Amino acid sequence: MRNTPLKGAGFQMAGLALGIAISSTSVQAADWLVIESWRNDDTKIWSDVIIPAFNKVHPDIKVEFNPTPPSDYNSALSAKLQGGTAGDLITCRPFDVSLSLYNKGYLEPLNDVEGMKHFSDVAKSAWVTDDGAANFCMPMASVIHGFIYNKEIFEELGLKEPRTETEFFDLLNTIKTESRYIPLVMGTADQWEAATMGFQNVGPNYWKGEEGRKNLISGDEKITDDQYVKVWEHLSKWSPYMGRGYKGQRYSDSQNLFTLGRGAIYPAGSWDIPTFNEQADFKFGAFFPPVPDGQDTCYISDHTDIAMGINKASKNKKSAKIFLNWMASQDFAELYSNALPGFFSLANHKIEIKDPVAQEFLSWRDECQQTIRNSYQILSRGTPSMENELWNVSVQVLNGKMTPENAAAQVESGLSKWYAPHQ
Amino acid sequence: MTTSNHKAPFPWHILFFLAPGLLIYVSISVYPLLDTLWLGFFEEDESGQRFFSGLKNYQTLLFDAVWSEPFWNALWNNTKFFIVHMLVQNPIGLMLAVLLSSPRLQWSNSYRTLIFMPTMLSVVIIGFVWQLLLSPIWGISENFLYDIGLGEYFDAWLGNEGTALTTLSLISVWQFVGIPMMLIYASLLNIPDELIDASVVDGSSAWQTFWNIKLPLILPTIGMVSILTFVANFNAFELIYAVKGALAGPNFSTDIMGTLFYRTFFGFQLQSGSITMGAAVATLMFLIILIGVAIYLFLVQRRMQRFQL
Repeated sequence: MRNTPLKGAGFQMAGLALGIAISSTSVQAADWLVIESWRNDDTKIWSDVIIPAFNKVHPDIKVEFNPTPPSDYNSALSAKLQGGTAGDLITCRPFDVSLSLYNKGYLEPLNDVEGMKHFSDVAKSAWVTDDGAANFCMPMASVIHGFIYNKEIFEELGLKEPRTETEFFDLLNTIKTESRYIPLVMGTADQWEAATMGFQNVGPNYWKGEEGRKNLISGDEKITDDQYVKVWEHLSKWSPYMGRGYKGQRYSDSQNLFTLGRGAIYPAGSWDIPTFNEQADFKFGAFFPPVPDGQDTCYISDHTDIAMGINKASKNKKSAKIFLNWMASQDFAELYSNALPGFFSLANHKIEIKDPVAQEFLSWRDECQQTIRNSYQILSRGTPSMENELWNVSVQVLNGKMTPENAAAQVESGLSKWYAPHQ
Repeated sequence: MTTSNHKAPFPWHILFFLAPGLLIYVSISVYPLLDTLWLGFFEEDESGQRFFSGLKNYQTLLFDAVWSEPFWNALWNNTKFFIVHMLVQNPIGLMLAVLLSSPRLQWSNSYRTLIFMPTMLSVVIIGFVWQLLLSPIWGISENFLYDIGLGEYFDAWLGNEGTALTTLSLISVWQFVGIPMMLIYASLLNIPDELIDASVVDGSSAWQTFWNIKLPLILPTIGMVSILTFVANFNAFELIYAVKGALAGPNFSTDIMGTLFYRTFFGFQLQSGSITMGAAVATLMFLIILIGVAIYLFLVQRRMQRFQL
């Protein structure tokens, strides 16, 4: 070093100052993306796994995951969008909730986003305008309905997975008479489980999946038809096997009862897997909704549930599109599906799922016909919303306050009030 | 006379002193209220465009069965909610106040603080704690009832259509009983001791003293407590939302005006919210409270006898 110490210090100072200047300009240049989501359960996975993985490829784009509790998400999001304070990336609910946001001009059309080519039309169907012209959210994941069971209890009582309805109810009966375990862990206090894990879970077997769902939209089938009444008849047989006080049992109560090993079977969605992995210290497995006796084909609800769109008012649309394109990649699909077993990527990439229970759920795609929840497309647009009606009547059927026929009649009469094909 | 022609200068100072309060009141209370009333006359189409539609929202809300059934159901439930408060909260509040004001009671300050405590807690905490207490799975109320021999009467009260609303009303009573107690207590303390002493000297029993001396003197306060209860109950929302969610189940048996408004304005799950219809519901809530207060003012308040103490 020829420099005098003082000179060197001067250089260092200048270098430091320059460094600060550069880094501060680069901070200004870096885009800051905020993600709106209802998945507050996933906060840790986003901040510890997904966002760091993205920053490895794009270190200059900062991403912040900013969730709202699920029950408040829709209202909070629309208030934020109206007030212009919503984040750049919007997690999209399927079908009409997001469609209405698009129609009101809050969501950016995504047809020109390159990554969209990795998704099939079926995957995209939940986030497309009625005329099919514009896609406004990039599909992320679907969830599959079924039943999760405690393997240790099944071994203890010498039970095996049921395939048919008779087997299913025999099984419940055995658990009830031969043990102190709760046969079926579900409550009706929060209402949505009755419709989601009850009606939409076992229903597709009766209304033949997509066929029935489309006929319901076209008006060729009515909810009062036999196949729908039978779903509630099936549900009404659940009541004796649900735990004491199930009318006051909330969703979190059910999760705790099951993970504490006090119940044998839990009507589930695959989204419960991450929670159970963390909390249950026993092995658990899954079986698909038992088919009615004598029916060969099984139908499962494989619901396109979650997608990501761009806030039209965002100042960082370019970075947001970079993020979406990354979300369409093989890397993301693998990362997401394995970080959150039970949320199955909708992209066309071949991915490997490591979680055994998630694998089990996924294997039903080959074995059974898939459909989505029948109340989500179009039928919940008007007042009364069919989804709300399903919650209400399914709870009442499970509580023994309403007959299956009356439940069907109420939902049909609700539809007939505003939906022309049912008038 | 020159002074008769002389005009007094405009009293600017009055305006000056009124302005801050008036500005705040107008901007955060009067303007939003008027805007809400105005918004109720509009409708919104799919793209979010608003257009004037007169009284159509109100016609739908009151006469179209899809809307009117939930509306009348919520109004009736709200009335029941109010009745429970009037029959349970205020008499207990009165009783506690009378007990507290008894000069022979020790530790009265501690009791007062303890009874008032729940009022200061967040409703979310109250809802959570009571859900746990009453839970048929983890709760302690079942064992407690067994211990006192009433075990067979236990039920999932919050989950039954017939009992959910009453249970929630009683939780709310438990939380807010401190307010009538404090107000009545304060007015009981205002009664001069001479009056009480005179009645005792005249030979009246404790009951007669309460009935003939104290009660007439605190009647205006009880009236005020009632009207406060009315306004608070018809604006209630948080407890029901915290415990039962916005769908206020089972079968809408706990749906009150506040939750109906929330569902209408913000939407729920797949039901999309309508700002204009929500404004109409809010306006009706405002009118109901207005009518209630007016009835009270004209029929009760004016006839009430007041005593100069």
